[in-house]
Amino acid sequence: MTFAISAEVIDPETLKARLAAARAGACVSFEGWVRDHNDGEPVTALEYETHAELAVKEGEKVLAEACARFDVALAACVHRVGLLKIGECAVWVGASAEHRGAAFDACRYIIDEIKQRLPIWKKEHYANGASAWVNCATPAAPAPARLSAANQTP
Amino acid sequence: MVEVTAQYFAAFRERAGCERERLATRSSTAQELYAELADRHGFLDAAARCKVAINGEMARWDTRLASGDTVLFFPPVAGG
Repeated sequence: MTFAISAEVIDPETLKARLAAARAGACVSFEGWVRDHNDGEPVTALEYETHAELAVKEGEKVLAEACARFDVALAACVHRVGLLKIGECAVWVGASAEHRGAAFDACRYIIDEIKQRLPIWKKEHYANGASAWVNCATPAAPAPARLSAANQTP
Repeated sequence: MVEVTAQYFAAFRERAGCERERLATRSSTAQELYAELADRHGFLDAAARCKVAINGEMARWDTRLASGDTVLFFPPVAGG
């Protein structure tokens, strides 16, 4: 069971090899990729920031929970930080188990918990040059100028 | 009054314009300090959607502050 934060490109094949276990008859992995849009906005890149020490601590806790809940042989997860381009792997989760059910369930549990609990933040960079932190409140946009102009039209 | 160090991450760091600051406060809990700093720096997220860590450990919002504490303010997370 290992959780890691990485500033380097994630290589799923190398990571998958770590899940090898003689008693395992199933291996399930999940990759989260950087896509070119979100909420209808064209996205050009994603920037991830973390508090590495606490993210690793909480990440290890999530992996331990998955192993306690499901009959898993081995589980691992790596999360990227830094500026990522479209198509890059931002997070990788893998679990091996005797049977597929436990491997699927563990994988799903790990990615869901990691998204909610770890101190990791994501900034979207948009095609128009703007950027925004995902899930964070932003100041209300000022009323569009055309509305006030319309109100003043005789 | 207690003297603490506040540390900011991601959206909070950008809004505050600094990574950390030392301050003297009358706030007695992490949540009160968050309210005070949210007011000062314009943090718009409800505490319930954010997280706090004190001296390197995740903490509850009702944790009482002591002089010398380092309080880490985490805006809403978005891993994956």
